[in-house]
Amino acid sequence: MLKVKDLNVYYGVIHAVKGISFDVPNGKIVTLIGANGAGKSSTLKAIAGLVKPKGSILFSDKEIIRHPAHEISKLGVALVPEGRRVFINLTILENLRMGGFNKKISELEPLYEKMFELFPILKERAHQKAGTLSGGEQQMLAIARALMSEPDLLMLDEPSLGLAPLIVSEVFDILRELNKQGRTILLVEQNAAQALKLADYGYVLENGAITLEGEAKGLLENDEVRKRYLGED
Amino acid sequence: MKIDRNNILTILAILVFFLFVWWGSNHLTAYAVRVWEDTLIFLMLSAGYNLINGVTGQFSLEPNGFVAIGAYVTAILILTPAQKESMFIIEPMVPWLANLHMSFLPALIIGGIVTAFVGFLLGFPVFRVRGDYLAIVTLGFGLTIRVVSNNTITITNGSLGLKGLPTYTNIWWCAVWAVIAMIVIMRIVDSAFGRAMKAVRDDEDAAIAMGINTLWIKQIAFVTAAFFEGVGGGLLASLITIISPTVFTFFLTFELLIIIVVGGLGSMTGTALATVVVVWGSELLRVVEQPMNIFGLHIPGIPGMRMVVFSILLIIMMIFAREGIMGQKEFSWDWIFNKIKGKRA
Repeated sequence: MLKVKDLNVYYGVIHAVKGISFDVPNGKIVTLIGANGAGKSSTLKAIAGLVKPKGSILFSDKEIIRHPAHEISKLGVALVPEGRRVFINLTILENLRMGGFNKKISELEPLYEKMFELFPILKERAHQKAGTLSGGEQQMLAIARALMSEPDLLMLDEPSLGLAPLIVSEVFDILRELNKQGRTILLVEQNAAQALKLADYGYVLENGAITLEGEAKGLLENDEVRKRYLGED
Repeated sequence: MKIDRNNILTILAILVFFLFVWWGSNHLTAYAVRVWEDTLIFLMLSAGYNLINGVTGQFSLEPNGFVAIGAYVTAILILTPAQKESMFIIEPMVPWLANLHMSFLPALIIGGIVTAFVGFLLGFPVFRVRGDYLAIVTLGFGLTIRVVSNNTITITNGSLGLKGLPTYTNIWWCAVWAVIAMIVIMRIVDSAFGRAMKAVRDDEDAAIAMGINTLWIKQIAFVTAAFFEGVGGGLLASLITIISPTVFTFFLTFELLIIIVVGGLGSMTGTALATVVVVWGSELLRVVEQPMNIFGLHIPGIPGMRMVVFSILLIIMMIFAREGIMGQKEFSWDWIFNKIKGKRA
């Protein structure tokens, strides 16, 4: 579904992502793991069109690297940004409405129902401002908001950031559920253990380059990964 | 438009407002009518300004430029060719403009459209930057307009300005345009575009990631505001009958900024309240600029004392009521009815 080839991201003179290539096959969960500053978030931003990268990004065999962000979103790529970034002064319903900005009004109602089924907590508070939600609830809202555009590819940037372990498992359960329903997911995580348990395939990023890749199960057992990211001797 | 309780009440409120205008135009002193005219024009200007600064969250400082463009365009269109010929003494006016003459309403609308078009063109370069940088480049636009109007002598008569404009503006023109501006802007705020504007204010990057073309959204706010600020400039020009490059300085922008901050950034009804408070307040505060005797201490009249008092009030507001009168909330009929019901229960 998504084929990234020789992707480079520059911030001025800083070369954040140095020619990485990876695939996200249809219906799979792929995760990019790595330490702070490895270039994980930059990669996601590049795919979503929020930064202007060099290289090639094929989405459903279509080159999207020159597309502006709002058109990439229309093609079916949705990003759950790092740190949730919900619209705090809008109500939950309005947040969802923004997620489905390019949908027709008649399409929205069934989508709301779907989201409320997936995240019952949002239904109770539909008319509350998003700023009043807790961190975990905001993360749920951010995911629901991204799903409102019915994306073919859902990208999540550190969904476990700043959440209690129990809430993290809840979020990951929802991702597993979404994947079962056939959603393709690209997940960026620092929480390598959780991410690799969930994913089908994993890539390890270090200093802007891919150093390891393989089946997620395999990576979980890899000595190098265990030492560096799972904190084992 | 649906015919429901809220819309009927809104229409009634507008009728009551026009009744007040009718009563006022007959019974109030000329001075009071004049201040109300000012109030209504400022309401229009600040409502547009609040759409950019408050609702869309793009802190910009250009309204004096927009008002100046609207004022000049309207003024040039309503002056008769004979007046223009006698006024342009340094250099004659460009002929096709000199012979242009029309009545007030089309002149105002063209003034608004020209300003909106300038706003549209201006939007492309200025919205490439955000935050403080946007404030700086839009401030530059206001200054540029002043220099341009000073130097395009064959169009604006340079620093001599345009004088003897016919006084078409009266309380009715101001009232009708203010109501139109409020209705149009509040309907935009309530629409899908308005929600997208608020999304841009809350988190622009997230809004982009949601597939919102934020440049387009900002342009809608900017062009709408420019149109009403242009029309407001036209009304103002015909009210004060003389315009020159020094009339529309940064102080105009500053006054509008005070109004929208006092009213609450993002609240149109708050802006309406604040306009009345600020415009009438600055009239009533003229007292402090008069010579005074306090307990035998003689204080000569100090021009500018009003601004000092206002600045102090603004500082106090920023400390104790940072949200302004209304915050981001809007006055709504539902709110009133809920209050009444709440008291009964």
